[in-house]
Amino acid sequence: MTTTTTPQVASRWSRFRSSYLLYSFKRDLVAQLSLVVFIALVAVAVLAPWLAPMNPYDLAQIDIMSSELPPFWIEGSDPAYPVGTDAQGRDMLSTILYGARVSLIIGFGAVALQAILGVSFGLLAGYLGGRVDAFLMRLADIQLSFSTLMVAIVVGALVKAIFGGATFSAYAVPLLVLIIGLAEWPQYARTVRASVLAERHKEYVDAARVMGFTSRRIMFRHILPNTLSPIFVISTVQVANAIIAEAALSFLGLGMPETQPSLGSLIKSGFDYLQSGSWWITLIPGLVLVVLVLVINLLGDWLRDVLNPRLYKG
Amino acid sequence: MPLLDVNHLDVRFALRRGDVQALRDVSFSLERGERLGIVGESGAGKSVAAFSLLNLIAKPGYIAGGSIHFDGQDLTQMSDRALRHVRGHRMSMIFQDPMMTLNPVLSIGEQMVECLKAHRRISSREARAIALRKLEHVQIPSPSARLDQYPHELSGGMRQRVIIAIALLLDPDIIIADEPTTALDVTIQAEIMALLLELCEQHNVGLILITHDLGVVSQVTQRMLVMYAGRVIEQGPTREIINDPQHPYTQGLINALPQMATPGSRLNQIPGSMPSLDNLPTGCAFHPRCGFIDRADGTTRRACIDEVPGFVTSGNCRVACHMVAEMLERERIPAEEIR
Amino acid sequence: MIAFLIKRLFHALLVMFIISVIAFAIQDNLGDPIQQMVGQSVPESEREILREQLGLNDPFLIQYLRFAGNALQLDFGYSYIFNQPTTEVILRHLPATLELVFSTTLLIVLLSVPIGVYSAIRPRAWLSRFFMGVSIIGISIPVFLTAIMLIQLFAIGVSWSPFPADTGWGAWLNDLITTEGGMPAYGRGDPVPVFGTWATNFASLEGLTYLVLPTVSLASIMLPLFIRLIRAEMLEVLQSEYVKFARAKGISLRRIYFLHALKNTMLPVITMGGVQIGTLVAYTILTETVFQWPGMGLMFLNAIQRSDVPLIITYLMIVGLIFVITNTLVDLIYGLVNPTVKLTGKPA
Repeated sequence: MTTTTTPQVASRWSRFRSSYLLYSFKRDLVAQLSLVVFIALVAVAVLAPWLAPMNPYDLAQIDIMSSELPPFWIEGSDPAYPVGTDAQGRDMLSTILYGARVSLIIGFGAVALQAILGVSFGLLAGYLGGRVDAFLMRLADIQLSFSTLMVAIVVGALVKAIFGGATFSAYAVPLLVLIIGLAEWPQYARTVRASVLAERHKEYVDAARVMGFTSRRIMFRHILPNTLSPIFVISTVQVANAIIAEAALSFLGLGMPETQPSLGSLIKSGFDYLQSGSWWITLIPGLVLVVLVLVINLLGDWLRDVLNPRLYKG
Repeated sequence: MPLLDVNHLDVRFALRRGDVQALRDVSFSLERGERLGIVGESGAGKSVAAFSLLNLIAKPGYIAGGSIHFDGQDLTQMSDRALRHVRGHRMSMIFQDPMMTLNPVLSIGEQMVECLKAHRRISSREARAIALRKLEHVQIPSPSARLDQYPHELSGGMRQRVIIAIALLLDPDIIIADEPTTALDVTIQAEIMALLLELCEQHNVGLILITHDLGVVSQVTQRMLVMYAGRVIEQGPTREIINDPQHPYTQGLINALPQMATPGSRLNQIPGSMPSLDNLPTGCAFHPRCGFIDRADGTTRRACIDEVPGFVTSGNCRVACHMVAEMLERERIPAEEIR
Repeated sequence: MIAFLIKRLFHALLVMFIISVIAFAIQDNLGDPIQQMVGQSVPESEREILREQLGLNDPFLIQYLRFAGNALQLDFGYSYIFNQPTTEVILRHLPATLELVFSTTLLIVLLSVPIGVYSAIRPRAWLSRFFMGVSIIGISIPVFLTAIMLIQLFAIGVSWSPFPADTGWGAWLNDLITTEGGMPAYGRGDPVPVFGTWATNFASLEGLTYLVLPTVSLASIMLPLFIRLIRAEMLEVLQSEYVKFARAKGISLRRIYFLHALKNTMLPVITMGGVQIGTLVAYTILTETVFQWPGMGLMFLNAIQRSDVPLIITYLMIVGLIFVITNTLVDLIYGLVNPTVKLTGKPA
């Protein structure tokens, strides 16, 4: 069975790739630029330990004397720190590279968790229907009506209160992945469920059932591939959302500690120095965050226009 | 001068990869009170023709050439304001799917009154009175209650009656009905068609009936056009065309009717399918499906493949087919020789 | 109508019950009230007596019922920080948040509808493209960052002359990027008292200036969302058969756009509005933090940082109540606009 389905999937994939997706990508300058910027940002973030001039986690490298130095185009800058230093004397360029890395790890991690939870719940709800469906969707409704960010803030606050500040800081990355992942699964679940409901009564699913396949096999082998394009589109938007959510939590002091900063906690720590004129400590990481989120959103917009999947509204 | 006179109408859709021609060189006319059928498979350009008559083709479609003279004025040259005065007032339209045609959030009364008020300076009360009278004309049970109901409270057949009432609101000269019964249950189809016919005869309203149903056309209309791939290929009195179709395509359509097949045998389908408009065959667009082309002689066959056929007159009909033209030619020459 | 209200009431009670269980579980597991009340020096035996007196050794269900009973009387105990009944603390902070939310909602409603409708009617116009471009940037900037940038631009001011000031265009460009600053961006100034704990920023010009930056920040993320939603829905509606039919009836375009199309567009937008109320509350926490706006969001964050459990719980309960009420209102409005809803159940 595997041998007969795999080439089919592969050929479908290559046909799909050779046809419209690539064609419209070649025509869309915004999408191309966005992808280039996105790949560049991911690359420098991943390679931060090798690219960054210094290691912001290493206290020995920090010189408090060189704190709040401006970026190179402003008088009083130091050529060793091209985009300046923060209040603790850390090189901004290095902290931003490391910060982007943390933001991306949490963003992708949280989306992976959301997708696993949301897709499983969505498949279950859509395929089994009945009480399971009613329960899961009611849960999703309530969670969404409270807004995912609100849920994340409350859960974040509780987790921090339960574990205490120090433990929370030590395990901040996995905890944030968990918090944002748990808060945002309903988006996936609703979309997957809608697709499953639409696919469920099509002939090929009936045919599979008549041929005696198990429910699980039908769900994962037959229905799931048909829900891939909405999942793909949602995922891009959700990565952007997760990065923003992480930044928001960090800004509120419920996220990454300043010793292991993400872009959000860099913005937070710089905000206190805004009034004293050191705008770069907060606005440069802010700019990086905006560019990162913007290119992901632009790619998501483009994907939605091209794939045009059935998305759950509201 | 006919009430409606369409000449060499060209309609195109401006797509990214270039223009696609949806109507080519469409010409026909309609006298006051006359009923005309436009027949063809889906994709032949029937609906485009209907919408372009009111100059209502949605972007990226546009009228690229030709004229539509209505009561002496060319609709293709009219200002939007003047056009609006024609739409719904002197020429109204009935759409295909009554479930989608009425606005779900406005009451039946609102949707009728707004149409009256758009064209006449009357009070709401007068407008409601007229609306009520029209609802009575279309034989809706308890019409006064309907005015305050919303579309979802009515069945499909009822909604189509309401739409017919809206079309009749301002006593138009012409009603364009685009497949008015296709979306309805079979049992209701005949009822609605009979009602439409009766109302048109009663009020001396012209009707342009767009359909793929030759049966309905033969019952309702006096003249008909057959369309294929954006062109008119045959037109004339309905009875003549139905009884003695000239164009191979029209013949195919009539032969494909279930009542033309011997019981128990297969239906006589035309092989192949309508070409897409952006990839038309050369010459006569029907030639790849034409069953007669093999029987034609060399020159005619080459003409079918290379040249777009012009119209020839056969009886009271006009036909665009090289083979019919060649046949007529042959008939004419011996006649002259005999003399 | 009555059936609808009863159904909604039942739903609301269910949601409030869930929230109260969560809130109670938080109270039960976090923060030892004895610790907060008496401090470290009191011996364990005395604490045990106190615990017994307060009923902290009772079974979970009894404790929950006591909690729920008090909650129904809006009694959630005392805030550790303020040493006052938590409901009083909340009531004092409520007006600031409500005023901020009100002015933001006003801004969103007044701008999103015309902009969304315009960019749907003229999808290819440069202005529409501009709005769409700005809105995707708006969505991509986190609300606290917008707030920070607004503070830099309009409260602190920018004096930066990267272009040669001795040339005409250089000076002009320098002027263009130079901003005065001076807008208030900290707290809400001196609001005019109305009655009780309610003091308003709407009563004076100075009060209004304090509202400007927080309102713009809060609106900056919701406004693009609604513009995009309205545009997308309107574009879809404009393709519908009933809009074509309305045009075939010879009705004016204005009536088609603003009655036929807009009314149908608003249905999903209203639903979305209900969903976004929660997001708006979440964003008030961020906005209030940046501007030190003395509302419930800032209060909540302080309560979290100082582990003021009763205050956290009261905030959650009150915010939950606000959600439930506004969601019911939104459903009611939806039912009034959409004739296919009989206000007895879901739309057909």
